[in-house]
Amino acid sequence: MRGVNMFAKPQAKWVGVALIAIALIALPFALAAAGTAWVRIANLAILFVFLSLGLNIVVGFAGLLDLGYIAFYAVGAYAYALLASPHFDLHFPFWVILPIGGLVACLFGVLLGAPTLKLRGDYLAIVTLGFGEIVRIFLNNLSQPVNITNGPQGISRIDPFSFGSFSFSDNENFFGLAFSGPIKYYYILLALLLLAIVVNLRLQHSRIGRAWEAIREDEVAARAMGIDTTRIKLLAFAMGASFGGIAGGMFAAIQGFISPESFVLVESIMVLSMVVLGGMGNVWGVVLGAVLLSFVPELLRYTVEPLQKSLFGRSIIEPEVIRMLLFGLALVLMMLYRPAGLLPSAVRKRELAKPDADNA
Amino acid sequence: MNLLELTRLEVAYGGIRAVKGIDLHVRKGELVCLIGTNGAGKTTTLKAIAGLLPVAADAIRYDGAPIGGRRAFELVRRGLAMVPEGRGVFGQLTAEENLAMGAYVRSDAAAVRLDLERVFNLFPRLAERRGQSAGTLSGGEQQMLAIGRALMSRPKLLLLDEPSMGLAPLMVQKIFETILEVAKEGVTILLVEQNARLALEVSGRGYVMETGLITLSGPARELLADPKVRAAYLGEDD
Repeated sequence: MRGVNMFAKPQAKWVGVALIAIALIALPFALAAAGTAWVRIANLAILFVFLSLGLNIVVGFAGLLDLGYIAFYAVGAYAYALLASPHFDLHFPFWVILPIGGLVACLFGVLLGAPTLKLRGDYLAIVTLGFGEIVRIFLNNLSQPVNITNGPQGISRIDPFSFGSFSFSDNENFFGLAFSGPIKYYYILLALLLLAIVVNLRLQHSRIGRAWEAIREDEVAARAMGIDTTRIKLLAFAMGASFGGIAGGMFAAIQGFISPESFVLVESIMVLSMVVLGGMGNVWGVVLGAVLLSFVPELLRYTVEPLQKSLFGRSIIEPEVIRMLLFGLALVLMMLYRPAGLLPSAVRKRELAKPDADNA
Repeated sequence: MNLLELTRLEVAYGGIRAVKGIDLHVRKGELVCLIGTNGAGKTTTLKAIAGLLPVAADAIRYDGAPIGGRRAFELVRRGLAMVPEGRGVFGQLTAEENLAMGAYVRSDAAAVRLDLERVFNLFPRLAERRGQSAGTLSGGEQQMLAIGRALMSRPKLLLLDEPSMGLAPLMVQKIFETILEVAKEGVTILLVEQNARLALEVSGRGYVMETGLITLSGPARELLADPKVRAAYLGEDD
C-alpha cells in the first residue's frame, strides 16, 4: 500500500534487490580499505538506523512526540553491561541478555507511557524530555550507597558477542579474507537490522499499525472506531522502547565501554532528526535519514580540515563547529523544501500538501 | 424489546449537571429523535451513551445489560456506533481508508469488503472519491463518510449527532434520505438534531429536551402537531 515501489517490473526488482544485497555484503571490505575506523562508523550507523526505526514507531506511526528516546538505548546498554562485565562479575551470553535488555527497556517504555497517556504534542514532548534526563542522571548517580552503575566513570571491559570460543571482537581470516572484529560485528548487526526492518514493515500494515494511524489522526474518533487507545498507545511506547533497548545492548558490546555521557539529550534529538529528515512514518525514509545523518557528519569530519589547510594553509574553524553548522543548514533547507522528509509517507505527503482547491 | 434504555440518567460536565435525570428508550428497529435547542444537553446525553463520559452503570441499559461508564471502544464491539458531532473523519486518510478504519473491530475480511461495496452503493458520491483524502471532501461528503464509516462496524444501534450541522439545505435533504434508508435496512437509530422539523419528519418517535430535562415525548407526528413544539422549534419554518 505504502511501500516504495522502486522497480516497476518484478525481474528488475529482484535484480535490484540482489545488487543491493551484494553491495551491503561487500561494503565492510571496501570501507576497511579506507581504514577500520570507517567500518566502526558503519556499525554505529546501523545502530542509529535501528534506533530510528524504534523511534519511528512512537513518533511516525503513533504520532507521539518522544524527546527522551535515548533513555531506552541507555537502559538497554546498561542492562547488557551489568550482566556481561567484570563490574558484577556476571558473564551471560549475548543472545540471553540482548532480549533481556529489550524487555527491560520495554518495561521502561510502559513506565513512561502509562502516566503520559493523556498528554499530547508539546506536553508529551516535555515530559519525555524530562524522562530522558532523569534516566541519565540516575545512571550518573547510582554509584552510592550501593554501586550499581559506577557513576560517571561508566562500565568498562564489557564482554563482546561470542559463541563459545568464537569472539566477535577478534581478528580472523576466513577464505583468505581478513575479518577484523568490526567487520564481524557488521554482519550480525546487518542481520538484526534486516529483521528490524521486516518487523517495522509488517507492523505498519497490521491491525495495530492501522490503529496507530487512527490515533495519530484523531484520538476521539479512533476510540469511536472501537480502538482501545490506552492499550495501543502503550504498545507503541513499549515496542519503540524495546528497539532502543536492543540497540543499546549491541552498542555496549561493540564499544566495550559505556558511560552516561553517551546518552545525553543531543543524542535523542539526533535520532529524532533522522526520523524527521528521512520521512516520519516511512520505514525506507527513516533508514535513509539515519544513514545520511550518520555518515555525512563523519565525512565532513575527514574532509573539512584538509580542505581548510589546502585553501588557507591552516585550520580557521574547528571541524566540529563546521560540522554542526552544515548539519543545521541542511536541516533548515530540508524543512523549507521537503518538509515531509526525503521519502515521505503517503499520509504525511497529503498532510503537508497545500489544501485542495476543489473543496466544494 | 428495548435496545436502549436510559433511567434517570444524570451527567455532570466539570461540576455542571448538564443532564439532570432523564428517561428515554429506543426499541429495536426504531428511529427515534432527540430534539432541543443549543445547550439543552442532547450531545452530552449521546456522549454518555457512547461511553465518552462517566455515568452510573445502571443509568444506561443496552441490549439487556447495564453499560453506563463502559468505555467507548468496548461498546463499538457490542454494536453501538456513534457518528460524532462535527463528523470526526480522519482527514489525512482517503475515503476508503476511513471506511476500512470503521471495520477495525471486525475480522471477517470478505464480509467487510461486501459492506464496503454496500456503503459505496448507499453513497455513490463516496465511491467516486474513494481515493481522495477525507479532509478535502466537502462537508456533506464528510458527513456521508462518517455515517458510512459507522455502518462499517455493522452496528445494532447507531447514534447520530447533528448530521445536518453546517450543511447546505440540499445536502441536508440528501443526508436525511440516507438516514431513512439505513433505518429501513433494520439499523436502530437515535438521532440528535437541532433541525426539529426534519428530525421529526423522518422519526417514529421523538423526545424534546430543555436544560437537561425531557419536557415532551411521543410519536413524532403528534409532536409535529403539538402547539408548544410548533411555537418553540418549528416557528419560523411554517
